[in-house]
Amino acid sequence: MANLTMVQAINLALIQEMEKDDRVLLLGEDVGNNGGVFRVTEGLQKRFGEKRVVDTPLAESGIIGTAIGLAMAGLRPVPEIQFEGFLGPAYDQICSHAARMRTRTRDAFTVPLTIRVPVGGGIHAPELHSDSPEAIYAHTPGLKVVMPSSPYDAKGLLIAAIRDPDPVIYFEPKRIYRAFREEVPEDEYVLPIGKARTVCEGTDLTVVSWGASVVQCMQAIEKSGKSIELIDLRTIYPFDIDAVEASVSKTGRCVVVHEAPLTCGFGAEISARIMERCFLHLEAPVQRVAGFDTIMPYYKLELDYMPDAARIGRAIDDVMAY
Amino acid sequence: MPITTAFKTEIPRISILDEQGNFDEKLGKGLIPDADLIKLYEAMYACRHLDGVAFRLQRSGRMGTYPQNMGQEATSLGAAYVLNKNDWLVTCYRENCGLFWRGVPMESILLHWMGDERGNAMPRPHHATPIAVPIGTQMLHATGLAWAAKYRGDTQIACTFFGDGATSEGDFHEAANFAANLDIPVVFVYQNNFWAISVPGRIQCSAPTVAQRGIAYGMPCMQVDGNDIFATVYAVKVAAERARTEGKPYFIEMVTYRLGDHTTADDASRYRDKAEVDSWKAKDPLIRVRKHMEKLKLWDDKKEAAMVERTEKLIAEAVARAENIAAPHSADFFNSMYAELPTDLARQRDTMQTHSLGQDPSQLADTSHVNRSTENAHH
Repeated sequence: MANLTMVQAINLALIQEMEKDDRVLLLGEDVGNNGGVFRVTEGLQKRFGEKRVVDTPLAESGIIGTAIGLAMAGLRPVPEIQFEGFLGPAYDQICSHAARMRTRTRDAFTVPLTIRVPVGGGIHAPELHSDSPEAIYAHTPGLKVVMPSSPYDAKGLLIAAIRDPDPVIYFEPKRIYRAFREEVPEDEYVLPIGKARTVCEGTDLTVVSWGASVVQCMQAIEKSGKSIELIDLRTIYPFDIDAVEASVSKTGRCVVVHEAPLTCGFGAEISARIMERCFLHLEAPVQRVAGFDTIMPYYKLELDYMPDAARIGRAIDDVMAY
Repeated sequence: MPITTAFKTEIPRISILDEQGNFDEKLGKGLIPDADLIKLYEAMYACRHLDGVAFRLQRSGRMGTYPQNMGQEATSLGAAYVLNKNDWLVTCYRENCGLFWRGVPMESILLHWMGDERGNAMPRPHHATPIAVPIGTQMLHATGLAWAAKYRGDTQIACTFFGDGATSEGDFHEAANFAANLDIPVVFVYQNNFWAISVPGRIQCSAPTVAQRGIAYGMPCMQVDGNDIFATVYAVKVAAERARTEGKPYFIEMVTYRLGDHTTADDASRYRDKAEVDSWKAKDPLIRVRKHMEKLKLWDDKKEAAMVERTEKLIAEAVARAENIAAPHSADFFNSMYAELPTDLARQRDTMQTHSLGQDPSQLADTSHVNRSTENAHH
């Protein structure tokens, strides 16, 4: 076991997968010599050479489009898009090609690709460096969307993503890249994609969240003094609705928390599923604590935008009082 | 200081068998053995004939929108003829001739335009990627496929095809830039057919040639008569040789012409002159080869008639195979979404419903008493 940050846990996962499987290669902007702008790939080019850790031209569509070709040929490319705000230029290659290749060729061609993307706000970054677009990709059939909330999960989920035979967008919440350390096994391990984690058990209310917001949820739960169950979705698609259903059927109350904007955020889907599956168990309407339906503000106001423990706590109180 | 020249270049242009029947012995001699020339002609004829059949299938409601390949047969065919069987052919949708030469069954192409994904289930040994409908995206895939070969130390290369409109897309520039800067063995074949649906080539590029764009990325390039099978073979031979031995890309502009409409949903008479089309009919890639073969005593009317008969039969059989394939099942569009179907998708597939009442055993409501006003019309 080692006490690692999320950045170190991801770096370790990449090293182990690259050592184990020579089909795995990394590509992207600054991932080589510089080790990535967040240093997630630090030391990897030195260790594995320029052939396996490739600094590409600065072009996101080019990175994903060529990675699709690499994957169609049977390799396991792990491209990095530097910030989620730069996914836009690669959107067409991700959604029109990576996501569709398997079904439009009836399994003749597949795209085993893992796109690593730092995501979310809270690090005082410039504009277009702080968004949370996971619902856009969860709404695109053919993709899998993963977002870990801890170093331990980050390692196990990344290994699962790289080994997955289908395209995975692996969102790395940059706010918790180095926010805390956790014991992470040095041996490789896999956390299954599509399985949620019960962070803490409780009987009064269920909080469902994912990514960096899980940390704020924990703070709010500790302050509330109530018996609250926290479910970390871990995977946005395919999502573990069974875990949510089991919990909400027990507690009868639910608050969904995410950093992305409210309307059509993934909380809307969770909320709808809870209504379908837990209708007669519900003691209160499902509530969402989310980013506002505005453009993510520049960093002076970003903390006002993102759900914090106080907003989450208030929603918990309101739902409990209903 | 005097002004000096930073860079100067010339773009070679290759024409070996022109529309008047002039044949450049120096470049063309031994390039295509006689027996192969006959086969290439027959392949072009078969593709042309299929085009007509497909057009009629669409007009009679037996097939959806179809893009005719007419006039452009020599471009992809020249490439497919030269390349190794395991070199990737990464096409858009006017490269039927090259795909058929590679061995892709005609019914695959027909099925695709009949609205059936099974048409895109390209058998892996053909090393041909599925038809790319959105413009220009496939050049990046070609670059990735060739990159993978290089990564593995294979001598395999990729050859990708695109038209005027595609050269305006960002992905075209990104593919050329990646291939040139990362040393990836891709042959870029730009089919200059003068029209992107109704928009003329000058709106896509105002440089004297598009070929010179290759130079801008650091690739060698040439322009060839794309209606001359000898010229397309010559160009791809040169380009593939460089790609294979040096691991580097090459850019070829093949000047050709889209004799038909953009697709069966288009009417090109709305935006281009008949005189222009007629002038290109005289430059048809099939006519000059036939005349050349007749001059060499390789071909005559009797052989032509026999070929026509053979081809008609062949294509009728392909149409029958495409039309008689077992009907697809709605489960098919679920089953290939992922290697392993998520539970929720499996439920959608099995019930063909997205609402959940009465479906899930855990559902508290019993809806068995409901008098259904409609039944699921599908499978």
